[in-house]
Amino acid sequence: MNWLDTVIQGTLLGGLYALFAMGLAVIYGVMKQINIAHGDFIVLAAYLALGIVAATGLHPFLVIPLAIVVFGFFGYAVQRTILNRTIGGDILPPLVVTYGLSIVIENALQQTQSADPRSIKLGALETASVPLGGGLAVGVFPLVMLVTAIVVAIVLEIVFNRTRLGMAFRAVSDDREIASIMGVRDKRLFGYATAISFAVIAIAGVFMGIKFTFTPSLGPNFLLYAFEAVVIGGMGSFWGTLAGGIVLGIAQAIGFALNPGWGILAGHLVFLAVLLVRPTGIFARTA
Amino acid sequence: MVTRRRALQLGAGAVAAGSSVSTTGLFASAQTPREIVIGYVSPQTGPLAPFGEADAFVLGAIRKRIAGGISVGGTKHAVRIVVKDSQSSSNRAGEVASDLILKDKVDLMLVSSTPETTNPVADQCELNGVPCISTVTPWQAYFFPRKGDPKTGFQWTYHFFWGLEDVIASYSTIWEGVHTNKSVGGLFPNDGDGNAWGDATHGLPPALDKMGYKVVDPGRYQDLTTDYSAQIAKFKQSGAEILTGVPIPPDFKNFWTQAAQQGLRPKIASIAKAVLFPSAVEAIGKSAYGLTTEVWWSPKHPFSSPLTHQSSGEIALAWESATGKQWTQPLGYIYALFETGIDVLQRTQNLDKKESIRDAIKSTHLKSTVGTIDFGHGPVPGIAKTPLVGGQWIHGKKFPFDLVIVQNKTAPEIPVGGHVEPLSSFA
Repeated sequence: MNWLDTVIQGTLLGGLYALFAMGLAVIYGVMKQINIAHGDFIVLAAYLALGIVAATGLHPFLVIPLAIVVFGFFGYAVQRTILNRTIGGDILPPLVVTYGLSIVIENALQQTQSADPRSIKLGALETASVPLGGGLAVGVFPLVMLVTAIVVAIVLEIVFNRTRLGMAFRAVSDDREIASIMGVRDKRLFGYATAISFAVIAIAGVFMGIKFTFTPSLGPNFLLYAFEAVVIGGMGSFWGTLAGGIVLGIAQAIGFALNPGWGILAGHLVFLAVLLVRPTGIFARTA
Repeated sequence: MVTRRRALQLGAGAVAAGSSVSTTGLFASAQTPREIVIGYVSPQTGPLAPFGEADAFVLGAIRKRIAGGISVGGTKHAVRIVVKDSQSSSNRAGEVASDLILKDKVDLMLVSSTPETTNPVADQCELNGVPCISTVTPWQAYFFPRKGDPKTGFQWTYHFFWGLEDVIASYSTIWEGVHTNKSVGGLFPNDGDGNAWGDATHGLPPALDKMGYKVVDPGRYQDLTTDYSAQIAKFKQSGAEILTGVPIPPDFKNFWTQAAQQGLRPKIASIAKAVLFPSAVEAIGKSAYGLTTEVWWSPKHPFSSPLTHQSSGEIALAWESATGKQWTQPLGYIYALFETGIDVLQRTQNLDKKESIRDAIKSTHLKSTVGTIDFGHGPVPGIAKTPLVGGQWIHGKKFPFDLVIVQNKTAPEIPVGGHVEPLSSFA
């Protein structure tokens, strides 16, 4: 096994997992809701991006800003019309409702888009690579993915720590009732949080659509990795989520290198180890 | 877990046995017209859905053809086909099979597409004593995981398709057409097909070794694995110039892209399953030109349907004009599955005896859309072999990709349409 190559490829894979995870982390961080349909929304975003590419002929990377806007509004609408109704003391209703959404999305896509595998094409950039010497090479596209994940983490850190909106998010997250008394309009705020989450989902969807061929049924697979990355990284910091994704990616890459059947298992084992040793996550800021 | 499932199945068998006694009591002899029920299980949704894509179209054609009933021993009987979706899950396939047997009381079970579908359904039929015909699973992947005995075979379940020996012959003939170092990288997932294809005794690696190829098999990986750097590194290390395997479509696109990024460029790639379908190669895009795969059926196959009397070419045209989509290989096999089922029922002596339907399956000799189907002369009892050739995806005329047949070593009756070209000539 070539350790350097394994760690590099694992880190790049981690960039994708971090992108999957950060949208989930936003919703969980602010509303303490777990969006079971997260993976399905990623797949939906990929179909949306594919539709925009087909309709406009734009380069997939140029479609990202457009997808962010459309999906951001969509997220706001989903939160205000559906998910806000599930908020309360009980953690079960959001789980059940988002699970239902997951089934609805998958079947609606199946009905309208068929089960044919699709992908968003990037042309030559898709297979372009940068040689590192010694027979090693990294793909340009995975690099772009990792850099995007880092940029998203920076932006989210700024929004949550340096803006009034972020302050309100943190206030609501700490104590919803007190924050409401102080004049924070929590339901609208939840809409903003989901809008941000969906903006990240849109980015993740475009990258997923380029990396994989996707079908309507692919969503639940992404939820698991996203969830593990969030838990490994710990709540309260998007750097943590980014690191969690990379830890998961490297763990899987090392597992794959030892035996192709062990990669996913290795990721799960690291996840379980973190839960056992440090249940708040490796980089948790909150207690 | 095995014991629990086994207990359930045995229980189900007992219920079925009990109810079949009462039905024979209620209905009179085979001369009285009665509705014949055919059960059909296939993956219509989920990751395996492309295999079931042609189902609705074929079922429409078959139902139209048998709308007036079929004649068995001089009496017309109505036929009802009950279709169930396996949702690409083997557990669900077993469940719906049990429903079809116990609730719908099917006379004959038909099942298609991948071991994940055919095997659990055939197992249910074997346990409950229901005649079953299956297809679109290489026969080893159907026979050995079900613990078939090569001397006796199964009592109730019959299968037609090609086998791994045909794939080996097909792929190795394709590779002979390109100058390589005979070093092969194998991509075998941990699923029904991957385990059969990569098997150390019945699979590809030992057979290819004997033919002078050096196969590198990094080991089984899970379907929907997100990263293939480990395999790519091993293939690069061994200098593999040939690539083969049986990944599912999303995995192959991911692998193929990563291989290009990380500098693995084989001279020829023969990939089963993942590049069977035009929609799958279109989703991969330009880098799919030049990939080779096995061809079980094509519009160029010189066979025609005994049921609708259309030639292979006419069936493909009818599909393309009805759906606007390019022909796919399961089309011919789903036709053949129903052709065989109807043929069996028509030759059955006593419809009320499952044994009689089973005996009719045994004596099948049908010239179908995919070639002659004869369960009596296979490699093991109960298997009918159908011909296999090899094809390459090239730039198409009507659609972006065309699958042209490039070798027909084991089935010379199927015409070749061109010569194999190395992947570099498509770059």
